[in-house]
Amino acid sequence: MSATISVRDLRKSYGSLAAVAGVTFDVQPGEFFAILGPNGAGKTTTLEILEGLRKADSGEVTVLGQPPWPRNPALLPRIGVQLQASSFFERLSAREQIRTFASLYGVGARRADEMLGVVGLTEQADVRAEKLSGGQAQRLSIACALVHDPELVFLDEPTGALDPQARRNLWDLLRQINADGRTVVLTTHHMDEAETLCDRVAIMDRGAILQAGAPATLVRGLDSPLRISVQSGLLDTAQAGTLAAQAGGGAADVSDDGVSLTIATRGPAAVLAGLAGRGALVGLRVQGATLEDVFLQLTGREYRA
Amino acid sequence: MNTRPANLVALRSLSRAMFKGFVRDRSALVFTILIPVLFLVLFGSIYKSTSAPKVSVLEVGKVRLLDQAKAAAHGQLGKILAVTHSASLAAALGDVRKGSYDAAVQQQGNTLVVHYSIASQTTAGVVQAVFASIVQQADQAAAGRSGGYALSTRQVEDKSLKPIQYLAPGLLGWAIASGAAFGAAITLVGWRENKLLRRLRLAPVSTGSVVLARIGISVVIAMVQLAVFLAIAVTPYFGLKLTASWWMAIPIVACGTLAFMSIGLLVGSFAKTQQAATSIANLIILPMAFLGGAFIPLDYAPAWIREVSYAMPLRYLVTGMQDVMARGEGPAAALPAMGILLGLAAVFTVISLRVFRWDDV
Repeated sequence: MSATISVRDLRKSYGSLAAVAGVTFDVQPGEFFAILGPNGAGKTTTLEILEGLRKADSGEVTVLGQPPWPRNPALLPRIGVQLQASSFFERLSAREQIRTFASLYGVGARRADEMLGVVGLTEQADVRAEKLSGGQAQRLSIACALVHDPELVFLDEPTGALDPQARRNLWDLLRQINADGRTVVLTTHHMDEAETLCDRVAIMDRGAILQAGAPATLVRGLDSPLRISVQSGLLDTAQAGTLAAQAGGGAADVSDDGVSLTIATRGPAAVLAGLAGRGALVGLRVQGATLEDVFLQLTGREYRA
Repeated sequence: MNTRPANLVALRSLSRAMFKGFVRDRSALVFTILIPVLFLVLFGSIYKSTSAPKVSVLEVGKVRLLDQAKAAAHGQLGKILAVTHSASLAAALGDVRKGSYDAAVQQQGNTLVVHYSIASQTTAGVVQAVFASIVQQADQAAAGRSGGYALSTRQVEDKSLKPIQYLAPGLLGWAIASGAAFGAAITLVGWRENKLLRRLRLAPVSTGSVVLARIGISVVIAMVQLAVFLAIAVTPYFGLKLTASWWMAIPIVACGTLAFMSIGLLVGSFAKTQQAATSIANLIILPMAFLGGAFIPLDYAPAWIREVSYAMPLRYLVTGMQDVMARGEGPAAALPAMGILLGLAAVFTVISLRVFRWDDV
């Protein structure tokens, strides 16, 4: 089966700024794919070109086997795009919003109302879009993007500015969308989101894809030490240093901030056994590297205004 | 592909969405429907006390009394009267009716006949006073001689004509122009700001459907403005008397709505925020209301405003409505104004399409 999205050496410049400078990737059918990157990395421009909102300067793009530019009315009903949570008609209720969007795709009111149920907004059906909470508005926005049952869904930073509960709630919804067999492409700068949801991520910065793959593969590729921490006061840093040195795996890093004593090591088994032998496992936490570490290693830690 | 029925469904639901959005916006309702009525009350009282302008008079044939009076007053009369000769009474009456001249004078034997218009009540008053005094002086000069002079004044219009006849079309024209221009500009900028425009572009619906829906809603709103405003203006309190072809106001209003929507579209294509769109639209519409004969009836206005008014799109909407609603002219009188408004609509639409942006970036 051919790729749902195929991008080859995509380029787009605004004046002298190369927003997208030679990007190549594929998204397979049914995949949950994320483009990660700091602000200004070029991920939104890439997404806009895939959606058919912008014309690429050069490169090859096919979406569901067709070029998205110029505006391709045959392609539009097959893709769903979720924009910001505020992209609604003024002063219409949730039900009126989704019914209006549905009719643009020739979809009836019943299916629209069902979709409202899928995103859990049946009770808010008569509430005007402006009065919905951030999470509710975001869910309505996703419902509007899905009302015509598209094969491919684009989500641009869907959980920006949501509280933790609303984010979890939305994640469940996004997983369900993907489980239904749709291909989902999302941009985000929340690493945990990409790590939890996505089959594959592409880390993008300054218009180029730095690395792409499954989140776990990327993290493993980082080969960073594990961080083992226990409650402070169970053993001193000298003892901990000895323990780490015996465990081998190269230079260990020990620190104690008064709350936790942390040992960063590449020989976790011996360190854990040593700690267990000393009865010093109170408050034990073992942390591996995360996608965020991969991201920061690739894009650098310096703050960019 | 059956895109046509799909677009019709889309057109209907977009229109419904826009209409609901409008009627649920209280401030827009007040702005477009109530403010014009409020202005009617305010302006109605203002124009009851206007200062006396110089009076322009058409002399039909030879009016001996007028010549005598001019000679006797040693040029003093020239300060308040500007006299022009006219050969035909019918032509002269037409000019007075249109407001080009304030009065037409003819002499029938010893009777001085003055035809005047009360389109401007003040001018009408001045006309009557001036000629009354001319006749009186002539009478005194001719004292002792047989006959004596008499003054006969005749109004060219229906006796009921009042400033409301000119104010109502003017204020209505302003209201419709504002409603159409602001509606188009604010919708366009608002939808660009909240990305709805972009969202619609991603739906399989033609740009034409979106634009047509907006035009339809604007015309409906303008018709509601027309109906409400006229319904209030014809009450005895305001006393608007609609003349025979008043219904021609409906197509004029439709043309005017298109013209001002296209101006609004142009504003909306440039403006980045809704506040900016409102300010720019105000900057265009408000001066036009004064210079285009909406707030200051052109008959009262200084000559320079009358000259400038020809460059104001609003002038054609206002005078077109005045002709058929208040001056009693036939349906055809509105056609030139309608043509000009449609032409302006076409020109501004073409310009706005050239500068149109889907996005801020």
